[in-house]
Amino acid sequence: MKNFGYSIIKQRTIDYDQFDGRLLNEILEMEPSFKVCLSCGGCTATCSAGDLVSFNVRRMNLLLRRGETVELESEIKKCMLCGKCMLVCPRGINLRNVIMLIKKSILKYKPVNE
Amino acid sequence: MKREGKIQVWKDYQKEIADDHYFYVRSCIRQNFFPGSEQTFLRILRSELGKDIYENPHHTTCSGIGYHSDVVPFDTIQTIVARQFALMTEAGYKNLAVSCITSFGIYGEIIETWKEFPDELEKIRNYLKKATGREFEIPQNVAHASDIVYKFREDIANKQKFPLINQQTGKPLKIVEHIGCHYSKMFPDKGVGGAEFPNVLVGMIESWGGEVVDYPERRHCCGFGFRQYLVMSNRGYSVSNSRKKFESMEPYKPDAILCNCPGCPMFMDRWQYVIEEMEGKTYGESGQGIPVLTYEELAGLVLGYDPWDLGLQMHQTNCEPLLDKMGIQYDASLKYAGKDGKLIGKPMMVGCGDLEM
Repeated sequence: MKNFGYSIIKQRTIDYDQFDGRLLNEILEMEPSFKVCLSCGGCTATCSAGDLVSFNVRRMNLLLRRGETVELESEIKKCMLCGKCMLVCPRGINLRNVIMLIKKSILKYKPVNE
Repeated sequence: MKREGKIQVWKDYQKEIADDHYFYVRSCIRQNFFPGSEQTFLRILRSELGKDIYENPHHTTCSGIGYHSDVVPFDTIQTIVARQFALMTEAGYKNLAVSCITSFGIYGEIIETWKEFPDELEKIRNYLKKATGREFEIPQNVAHASDIVYKFREDIANKQKFPLINQQTGKPLKIVEHIGCHYSKMFPDKGVGGAEFPNVLVGMIESWGGEVVDYPERRHCCGFGFRQYLVMSNRGYSVSNSRKKFESMEPYKPDAILCNCPGCPMFMDRWQYVIEEMEGKTYGESGQGIPVLTYEELAGLVLGYDPWDLGLQMHQTNCEPLLDKMGIQYDASLKYAGKDGKLIGKPMMVGCGDLEM
């Protein structure tokens, strides 16, 4: 492949017709409290790991709902499972369980070629 | 949108296009990218349609690329445009025919500025008088060259030798139309059909027997974008835009892409080659690219002009697949032959989809 001194940027389009919602559906089924998340960001604001690295719980939620499993896998590795996010969540979501469930299930749904 | 709705929109955006006596202003970049196109336009207007069209060799760039790249100030470009108008006034013409979409947008922007701010017009009249001693009138009619071909599309259709029909299947050729952004996205009423549903190229394709392909990224920019291209390290933005369009149009299997802008055919033609080299991907049939044509080239093909006279050898994505479908006979050995039969030289880089040229 030739190098012309510049690169082609990959598309950032999320095609909802091609959306793979299997991981999301599994998480919602196993931890139904996650359905009521209003994306307030309280979890992110209080996150211990987020103080030290660029971990963002709300972003994790977004990646999961967009089906971006590759990015999601690397994101959740940063979580220390301290559980402070659960203390501040206005909807009482068991976020630690959400992250544990993602960790358990993500390999099943990760695209093979990536 | 349903066809009835589009017809209503097109009714609201019908511009007046002068009938005859044009002062033609060429494009600086088109003369390098696809030099046969402008010559073909003049040939069609003079020989086929019998129109009076005049061009002055003292005409210069409108400096639009410099303006959009933030190196030419607005006062400067206004004065340059005023000089072009002065050449037209001195030649006794009132209808401007513009080859370039960038220039077309510039002329529209400056004429609108002068309407809104008459002081600005007076200032520029003074600048031009002091600098060159010239005076000018604002054109009565500004039409892009594609507007003029659109206006006379039925006259061309009456003389057509090769309609846009696939001779192998008998079905209309599927053609993607791509309108330059500065044609009507800046001033929708300056383009035939407005910004959302421009009809200028659609009208040509349908009159000449082809079928227009509608696809999701139809109105997306080709990626030229001036600053995106001028600096080499930025060209990834440009090629990524084009690729977005190619990916979107690929499932519809278009036979050709038709453009009315200087930059769009250049980039959609060249980037197909670059994408093939960088990613090994081609978007046409049998490993070929999708031929990209200017409207003058397509009109020339429809009228039966020799493909090499039209300058189709200047395309990096080979146009031969389209010529074969239209049933046009051509001598492949003369592709790189000049008027005197001597070779003008083959390109250093092979064309898209063509591994052993």
